[in-house]
Amino acid sequence: MKMMRFILPLVLLVAALPARAEVNIQEVTSPGGIKAWLVEDHEIPFTALELRFKGGAVLDLPGKKGATNLMVGLLEEGAGDLDSRAFARATEELAAGFSYDLSDDVVSVSARFLTENRDQAVGLLRDSLINPRFDPDAIDRVRQQVLSGILSDEKNPRDIASKQFRKLVYGDHPYAQDQSGTVDSVSALTRDDLVMAHRNALTRDRLYVSAVGDITPGELSALLDRLLADLPKAGPELPGVAALHFPGGVHVTDFATPQSIALFAQPGIDREDPDFFAAYILDLILGGGSFESRLMQEVREKRGLTYGVYTYLVDKEGAKLWMGSVASGNERIAQAVQVIRDEWQKMLDHGVTQQELDDAKTYLTGAYPLRFDGNATIANIMVGMQADGMPIDYIATRNDQVNAVTLDDVQRVAKRLLDPAKLTFVVVGQPEGLPAN
Amino acid sequence: MIRLALAVLASMVMTAPLRAAEKVSDFTLDNGMQVVVIEDHRAPIVVHMVWYRAGSADEPPGQSGVAHFLEHLLFKGTDTLAPGEFSATVAKNGGTDNAFTSYDYTAYYQRVAADRLPLMMQMESDRMKNLRLSEDDIKTERAVILEERNMRVDNNPAALFREQKDAAQYLNHRYGVPVIGWRHEMEELSLEDALSYYGTYYSPNNAILVVAGDVQPDQVLALAKQYYGVIPANPDLPKERYRSAEPPQTAERRLVFRDARVAQPYVSRSYLAPERDHNAQKQAAALTILSEVLGGSTTSILAEKLQYDSKTAIYTAAYYGATSLDDTTFDLIVVPAPGVTLQQAEDALDDVLAGLLENGVDQDRLDRVKMQVRASEIYALDNTEGLANRYGRALTQGLTLQDVQDWPKVLQEVTADDVLAAARTVLDRRQSVTGWLQAEEVGQ
Repeated sequence: MKMMRFILPLVLLVAALPARAEVNIQEVTSPGGIKAWLVEDHEIPFTALELRFKGGAVLDLPGKKGATNLMVGLLEEGAGDLDSRAFARATEELAAGFSYDLSDDVVSVSARFLTENRDQAVGLLRDSLINPRFDPDAIDRVRQQVLSGILSDEKNPRDIASKQFRKLVYGDHPYAQDQSGTVDSVSALTRDDLVMAHRNALTRDRLYVSAVGDITPGELSALLDRLLADLPKAGPELPGVAALHFPGGVHVTDFATPQSIALFAQPGIDREDPDFFAAYILDLILGGGSFESRLMQEVREKRGLTYGVYTYLVDKEGAKLWMGSVASGNERIAQAVQVIRDEWQKMLDHGVTQQELDDAKTYLTGAYPLRFDGNATIANIMVGMQADGMPIDYIATRNDQVNAVTLDDVQRVAKRLLDPAKLTFVVVGQPEGLPAN
Repeated sequence: MIRLALAVLASMVMTAPLRAAEKVSDFTLDNGMQVVVIEDHRAPIVVHMVWYRAGSADEPPGQSGVAHFLEHLLFKGTDTLAPGEFSATVAKNGGTDNAFTSYDYTAYYQRVAADRLPLMMQMESDRMKNLRLSEDDIKTERAVILEERNMRVDNNPAALFREQKDAAQYLNHRYGVPVIGWRHEMEELSLEDALSYYGTYYSPNNAILVVAGDVQPDQVLALAKQYYGVIPANPDLPKERYRSAEPPQTAERRLVFRDARVAQPYVSRSYLAPERDHNAQKQAAALTILSEVLGGSTTSILAEKLQYDSKTAIYTAAYYGATSLDDTTFDLIVVPAPGVTLQQAEDALDDVLAGLLENGVDQDRLDRVKMQVRASEIYALDNTEGLANRYGRALTQGLTLQDVQDWPKVLQEVTADDVLAAARTVLDRRQSVTGWLQAEEVGQ
């Protein structure tokens, strides 16, 4: 049975219509009340499973920065009856793959397992989520790895820029601190801190699940209860919205390296805002990750000032930003920053052209169905959709929403959002012609 | 000739029948261009790739980086496309495109809705021969690749260290020169250099077309004939990919790389090693298994001995680049725990290697690795673009379709004795480079 269906246009004309995405998603609710989105596809004998727990590093208690990060790093380092090495061997014997990841707002668990040993694989995954051991020797070992990473970040211009940016923009919100914590905070973490972080971060009230592959709704339903029913029902409250600071200007951190790294940002927009799609198109035209963007054309293609310049809308739980990055040799970064500022102003003053809007729409609507091309990819997209509160029929309607955006919408949103005075640059390196603050 | 080759996956370890296999067809056009079709009908998507059997190791002396430079320049204009129009057209059709260069190959690809395949072929075949470059293109794009070098290498002490190590590993072969190029040579790359490389290597008889996704082989063949089949073969294409070969390596090399930006020192060791060859993949298979057993995961020998038992290291790994046109390397890395010197870390590594050469590997480990290998063939089917890359890489690096399809089976047939024999041959210090990456000394 094949559950991913697309309807192709019948004829290929010069301006061909985009393929239409009709991914067949079923909602499965287990007897224990756990919901999941499923796309059944029995072509390849494995299942991709995605779990998302909202919360993440912002749940670190005061003075315990890095606890959630270290906890997540320890989930696969021994669980149930198995110590770290036995757990790793057992996972390899089943050829299952589990990965555990953290961001400010989310703990992500990605799993894949073969149909032939699904039950055993799910048993291991369950132990890692419900009964992690946090053995002292494992804590010490993983703590050393985290500390080594923190020290390396301190000498990496990109990580230094990210750290400076957080400090400048996020004020006293938890986003201001790196999720890994500091050498001092991580060194001081105890086993009890990790047990508490685990108790707080992996809870059912903020859980989202998706599965794609060789599994039936009935099998998934039983799996969900077995895997997740024993997690705590609820976790502590999440921190609220961050008060963002965009002082404008250029903020330089001196670091001896040949190429300067710049991060820049101004206020962004909520995904639920009615103007979101217009803003999304505006970002694509300005600098949104393709070769065709104005910034890529002006900074790279016309002037050769960089290998890459990008902008993107950041949609964190408690912060909406419009961000970008560029890297240029120390002797040329000032010029790159100026070109970006000029383009920002130009976009505010004159908006976009009808041709740019049309091209952006054909790109977005054509590219969208191409995302759904594999079990792991689809599972990842579906869990993100749930966490963002999108309806289950979103995929079928998304291109209509893009197409509904008019030139007037984009021009209006350009005026509403673009704010050159707040556009703030953080630069790390030894840039010429950009005074250090 | 249409040949349908069903890659039957190795299933000797487990008895459960496998239900999936990649469906691959291949053809050769009259002008010598090879065509590989990988079918995946799960979604109406196609990946269209053209691979040239030419990379940085095929560059003339003194022009390091020209293969990669030309790759960038192929996105400029042709007789019929304005500069940038190629990517703009792909984007207007909802697709994405890119390209990459390595030692042995240069590849261009687009990922689009399956019904846009003819347009992709039309444009890709056009730039195989009809590139038009101006001095302005050269000047601007040279600045871009220099910024790319800044980003990938000069801003990254580990990458600078690797460059020096590779240069020491290869005494005579071009693998010792970085793909992106040495900065002083990149700065001098000219329009003539780029066009000369283009004229020598870009032709259908030096190219492989890989099309993967929701397509039918006969339909791909018909389109390939229409767009690529009309381009004449280049009769002056070098008959062999001549590379200056390595002499016997008889002296161990050691180096210390210091940089103020290093926060975490480590030891890296590489050994010159044989690669997969056509119809002769057994030793490479043994080395692949050896790298997994030694340093492929947290259950491997290096991790158990150095990270768990002696706590000498916080991270260890082994890597072997099996697919390569010429001699490759077998690499090991040890990141010492706080308070452990690089000398101690290196000594601990050598103790593990000595133990391995003495005792061999136990069957349990071997079985676990083979289970992983078998499963990875199943998981690989979920990623059609990955499969396309696998075939493109192999076919530009001296292997055939049959070699690719035999590979999982050759891996499953590796015995503990094979692994030990391969280790004894390759882990020879005279053919090795040991590098220490360190922070600047304080107080100078």
